[in-house]
This record gives sequence, C-alpha cells and structure tokens, in this order.
Amino acid sequence: MTTTAMTPAQGLRMPPQGPRLFAARDPFLATHLDTYGTIPDVTPAQLLEQVRISGLTGRGGAGFPTAAKLETVTANAPAVVVANGAEGEPASRKDAELLRRAPHLVLDGIEVAARITGAGEAFAYLRPEVVPLVRQALAERSGLRITVVAAPDTFVSGQETAVVSALAGGPALPRFSRHRIFQRGVGGRATLVQNVETLAQLALIARYGGVWFASAGTPDSTGTFLATVHPVGQALTTAPAVWEVTHGLPLRQVLAGTAGRPPEELQAVLVGGYHGTWLPLPAALDAPLSRAGLEPYGAGLGAGVMIPLAKSACGLELTASIAGYLARESAKQCGPCQFGLPELAQNFAALAAGQVGRSGLDAVRRSTGLVEGRGVCRHPDGTARLIRSALRVFGDDVLLHQHGRCLARIGEPYGGVL
Amino acid sequence: MTRPLVVDWTACRGRGLCADLLPELLTQDHWGFPENRSRGPILVPDELEGPARRAVRMCPALALRLDAELPGPR
Ligand code: SF4
Ligand code: SF4
Repeated sequence: MTTTAMTPAQGLRMPPQGPRLFAARDPFLATHLDTYGTIPDVTPAQLLEQVRISGLTGRGGAGFPTAAKLETVTANAPAVVVANGAEGEPASRKDAELLRRAPHLVLDGIEVAARITGAGEAFAYLRPEVVPLVRQALAERSGLRITVVAAPDTFVSGQETAVVSALAGGPALPRFSRHRIFQRGVGGRATLVQNVETLAQLALIARYGGVWFASAGTPDSTGTFLATVHPVGQALTTAPAVWEVTHGLPLRQVLAGTAGRPPEELQAVLVGGYHGTWLPLPAALDAPLSRAGLEPYGAGLGAGVMIPLAKSACGLELTASIAGYLARESAKQCGPCQFGLPELAQNFAALAAGQVGRSGLDAVRRSTGLVEGRGVCRHPDGTARLIRSALRVFGDDVLLHQHGRCLARIGEPYGGVL
Repeated sequence: MTRPLVVDWTACRGRGLCADLLPELLTQDHWGFPENRSRGPILVPDELEGPARRAVRMCPALALRLDAELPGPR
C-alpha cells in the first residue's frame, strides 16, 4: 500500500488499491487497522452525507438505498441496529466468507450505523457457523456492545420481520405488522436491519468518503459487491467461489474465472439466487453486472449469487428441484404460500419431466399467479420470479418437454428431432 | 380515493366470508382464500368502502385491514 504526503493524521490511511472488502490478509484487528486505518472523528450528519454521496444500496437482495433507510430510522429514533448475516439462501456464501475474512469491517459498519442513527444497542444475527468467528473478533475490541445471535438455518429466517421476531425471543418467522420495522421493530424501537456486506461497505465509506466509493462501479450501481459463483455441472452444495466484483464488469468475466468452463459452453445463468432470474447465454454474456445492465433481462443482482448452467444440462429440471426446495421452505403461515408453493412446484416438476403435454404450461402459469403477492413475506413472489424467468429463458425447452423431449438430451437415441 | 385492502395472510383461514361481502372485488381461490379479481393489491374505490369496512369488521380471523394509502417502498 502506498502512503503519500496526503495522509492526513495519525491512524488514518489511504484507501487500499485493488480489492476493497478483501484487502486485509488476515481477519485480526491489528491487520485490519494496518490495512484500513481508523475511522475519522466526524459528525453523524457528515457520515450520512457521505453515504448519500456514495450511492450505496443494500447488498442483502432488495437493493434499497442505504442512505434513505438510515434517514428513516434516524427520524424515528431511538433506534436499534441489526447486522443481518442470516444468509438463509443456501446458494449464497458471501456473507459467511466476508465474516471469515473481514469481521472487523462488519463490526466497524455496525458502529458507524449506530453513530448515524444514534442507536445505543446493536445485534449481529448470523449463520451459526460464523458466530464463533465474530465472537473472537469482538473480544479483540471495545466500544459499542454488540449482542451476537445465531439465526436458524431456514430460507426465510433473514426476512426483516423474521429477524425482528427472532431477536424479541420469538420464532424466526416473518410477521404481519401494522408498522414497518424502521418505525417499530425490536423492543418497539425503530430498527435498522442491514445486511453485513452493506455494513462493511459503510465502514469503508466512513473512512474514505462517498466520492471514493463511487469511483468504482457504474453511475447507478456504485462500488463493488460480493458475488457467489457456482461451478458448472456440480451439485449446488459444492463449495462456490466468492469474489469481490466491481459493478459494471461484464458477466462473461465473472463466469470465465470461476465456472470452470468457457462461457460459450453455457446455456444460461441464474442470477440473484433461488429467488433470482435466469439469464439466457450466450446472449447476455456481455451484460454489465449493474442495475441498468441487468434490467433488460428483467433481472437484478440480488445478493450476488450466480449459478451457471451448461448446455448439456436441463434448465427446467434444475428449476424444478429449486422450486421443490422453496416449497418445502415455506414457513407455512400463509395459506396461499403453504398450499400454493407445493402445487406450483408439483406442476413445474410435471412439466420438467415431460409428462403433461400442453396443459402443463397453463397449470404452471395458473399456480404462479395464485402465489404472487399473497403472503406476508417475499418468499412467494421470489419463487414466482424464478418460475416466470425459467418459462421465458427456456421457452424452446418448454415446447420440447410438452412433447416429451428435452433440449439437453436431444442427441440421445430417444430424443431426436421433433 | 381508493384504499388498499390488506390481508394478513398469517391469520386468514380462508372461509371466504369476505368474498361474499365484496363480490365486486374478491373471489375465492380453490382453497377458499380471498383472491383479487384484478392483478396487484386489492384496491377499494369509494363506493365500495361501506362493504369493505363491513368485511373488515366481520372477518372472524381479524385478518383484514383497510389502509389509508398505498404502501411505500419496503
Ligand atoms: S409468505 Fe410463505 S414463507 Fe412467507 S411467511 Fe407466509 S407462509 Fe411463510
Ligand atoms: S373473511 Fe377473513 S378469514 Fe375469511 S377468507 Fe376473508 S380474510 Fe380470510
């Protein structure tokens, strides 16, 4: 790292070159401070202004502007800050990886968020396996008291209302409430639930400012983000790679590095995780990984998960197995989700198995419409998004399956031409 | 003015009383849960406010709520 004559004062550092979140070579406090320096002593209003300039958006999936969220919570003070590292999405590994490699950035981010919102209390709500790592990091520092809570290993445990319920000692299930949690959440207080990566980015903005943050990325998607990229043709449980990626990088480059196969041999990629959107390949290979870049495909980065699909695999089959998983992960509180997701998954599985002819597609469409917007959390809507994108991107394959054939196995003896 | 009719899906037991009281807006899906006749949120126009309030009062599960305005961003 280069320090120049511009280094202003004791403990302050110039920003790292190259990776931002993954710049430190080990997770310990001494290395953290050596890499990033201390946070300058500025007012909450100045910090908030820098967040506004940075254009930072939430990295948990919804992509909501962080400054706006901070402002609303601050307006409803006294507040509580919650770092959300539940990472209930099983295809995502980036939050766990961040906490393993840079726990102090996340803890700094919690302190910055608490400073901005005037919160006197904070929680870290985390995947069980990273809890000891974070406790270890906490033992190295003093300052704000942060209570570490293990999140149950379910898909919906990280939904904001589920987080609030869990921290109040209730079940980690989404809740219906008259109030938004940023008005009334944990203990009836305004609650900021922020993904751990968002907080780590906040820790960098507090040090180097909003202009520096936005110097990487695109105008509408500033800075870097963490991507979880899965290897091609292996079980979804195979350890994926986690990369820090600059917004705007073409999809091709992320896939070339990790998919383990030339991007030209891929058929599609699921972007955003199990609640995400299929993108057709090679058509979308040069799409920039940013809000504007993915919009034409009806997609967003979500929490940065990418699952590439080889030409030799069946996208409908994979989607069916994900839909089955999502149906089992319904928290079974809301009727249309409890009954609708299994029905949808079943209809989709029948379509993917090539068993149902033409009526199969109508059945899938109908059951998709029956779950959308009809639950207290986003689980049904996210599932519907996945299904609709599969029908769109694998449209030709849907047609083949209606005739008992499959694009992936078209060369096999029983396949052949239509 | 139109007001959104919000269903607490964790409470609704799907017996369809609301669909009987508000047939202009609601039908029942095949499980019995209220289903909007059009896409998106259930929007109650002024002239149906009376029946909508009645549905809110009579829902046995206290699962309905008539809001003043459209929900903001999440
Ligand atoms: S919508 Fe589904 S997952 Fe969400 S709370 Fe209701 S039943 Fe649970
Ligand atoms: S009256 Fe209430 S419980 Fe019955 S279907 Fe309507 S919302 Fe559900």
